[in-house]
Amino acid sequence: MYAQMVKSSGEGVKTAGEMDAQERAFQSRIDAGEKIEPKDWMPAAYRKTLIRQIGQHAHSEIVGQLPEGNWITRAPTLERKANLLAKVQDEAGHGLYLYCAAETLGVSRDELFDMLHTGKMKYSSIFNYPTLTWADMGAVGWLVDGAAIMNQVPLQRTSYGPYARAMVRICKEESFHQRQGFHIMMTMCNGSVAQKEMAQDALNRFWYPSLMMFGPSDKDSVHSAQSMAWKIKMDSNDDLRQRFVNATAPQAEFLGLTIPDDKLAFNEDTQQYDFSEPDWEEFYEVLKGNGPCNRDRLETRQRAWSDGEWVREGMMAHADKRRNANQTAA
Amino acid sequence: MITHSNQTADSRHLLEFVLRQGDNALVLGHRMSEWCGTGPALEEDIALANTALDLIGQTQMWLAYAAELEGRDRSANDLAFMRDATDFRNLLLLEQPNRDFGHTMMRQFLFDAYQVPFLQALESSADQRVADIAAKSGREARYHLERSSDIVIALGDGTEESHRRMQDALDRLWSYAGEMFVTDETDIAMHNAAIAPDLKLIHAQWNDTVQARLNKATLAVPDSTFVHKGGKNGVRHEEHLGHMLATMQVLQRSYPNSVW
Repeated sequence: MYAQMVKSSGEGVKTAGEMDAQERAFQSRIDAGEKIEPKDWMPAAYRKTLIRQIGQHAHSEIVGQLPEGNWITRAPTLERKANLLAKVQDEAGHGLYLYCAAETLGVSRDELFDMLHTGKMKYSSIFNYPTLTWADMGAVGWLVDGAAIMNQVPLQRTSYGPYARAMVRICKEESFHQRQGFHIMMTMCNGSVAQKEMAQDALNRFWYPSLMMFGPSDKDSVHSAQSMAWKIKMDSNDDLRQRFVNATAPQAEFLGLTIPDDKLAFNEDTQQYDFSEPDWEEFYEVLKGNGPCNRDRLETRQRAWSDGEWVREGMMAHADKRRNANQTAA
Repeated sequence: MITHSNQTADSRHLLEFVLRQGDNALVLGHRMSEWCGTGPALEEDIALANTALDLIGQTQMWLAYAAELEGRDRSANDLAFMRDATDFRNLLLLEQPNRDFGHTMMRQFLFDAYQVPFLQALESSADQRVADIAAKSGREARYHLERSSDIVIALGDGTEESHRRMQDALDRLWSYAGEMFVTDETDIAMHNAAIAPDLKLIHAQWNDTVQARLNKATLAVPDSTFVHKGGKNGVRHEEHLGHMLATMQVLQRSYPNSVW
């Protein structure tokens, strides 16, 4: 997940009558559950929306390394250090698959990086929150990866072939990360008083930002309908959020933790949990750049990129020299 | 402090030897893990994390063995997180800060070029446990050497700037490389017991590898034969290690006897 507020054409869903023959044929392939492949014809708006969505998802994987990287050097045991390293390595790998999927739509990784670094493209709001204790490594795995899975499992059936296939690989690893996060929480909750307090504090801080990951309510989400018609968004934001709360509330109870929401209760009539909406004002502020870590995260990525320039240039220059030498020899 | 009561001279040396291997892997693995999410390219982020992961895995094997040899009911984690800097037995080379990607990869290269023949020799160690750990780690070390060599060669040969930065890294780190071959009584005892090789042989192999690859990288081997010492025997670490451990050990030190 990690794609929020992705803009589509913004013009609403076209009816069959408004489509030309090519568009109608395209839509009927999607309706029939066929996959769209890179060389197939596709509407320009479909391509553009997908680039935004996959790009945002890829950036989220890359920026998402940073809140966890914040604790790799302080992981409390060798096993936890190794697990966290492996997890962050997986995330970089997810970024790689997704940038490759985006490249099949005609945008290069460098172009996408440039859009991230100049603020033209976003990453998920969740990564603008700080990780303050070791319990946050549990909360991020349990809640953030848990929320991501809610969205990504259906995306394995998305209409764009390369994206769907990337998602299959990603989902396998994400569910492992979620279990790992839950295990950290469980260990903390079974630990000392101080550890349990850290776990509760982490849940308090990450609960609402995790609910925000699904994006604003459907009634305020102007771009959802077209993306759903194209099957690049499979479920509504509210449905996914509800599913996440339904899955997570009993887990919190199992851990002996309290979700910071007085209204949270199981509703016998709907057979679902009632819960409070997050503070959407805060959400929009974070998107605007006013989250606690927006500047730090972006600056870290910008610095990594500019500090690495001499390395990338050096590698390219060496590759060119070798190619030239081979040509001369041949 | 590590105490050596109730141990024979040989077992003391074996413990010291195994700790050195574990601490080398831990300290270098930690340094590599500091790169998380900030490498010069996505592929490098993945490779840096992978190297760190291999080294932390090697640490677990070595320090678990060290804890058994020590016989004080301590675990690998106790050794990693509850010892002071003076008790660490890593090479000074490996505690050097990352500085830039060039320093990081040069440090890795100088160590990998030692680690590959060293672990290969350990595979036929008279101590079966040492041989097993070496066999498992050796595969990883060979891959690390391949990668660090490729990068040192490419960046040494690449642009004027990348050449200058790699030469700076080599000049800065060169005087730390010699500590790998300083032979002390532990090394002699291990060699006599057929547990570890004669470091002179490893030095010769290291020289061949390093000279050949630095030539390819168009980098000049520094003239200096000065060697910084004090890491592998723990006599005098540099200031860097204390800061690394302050970060690394903070949770175990702040909340002792907790389960994580």
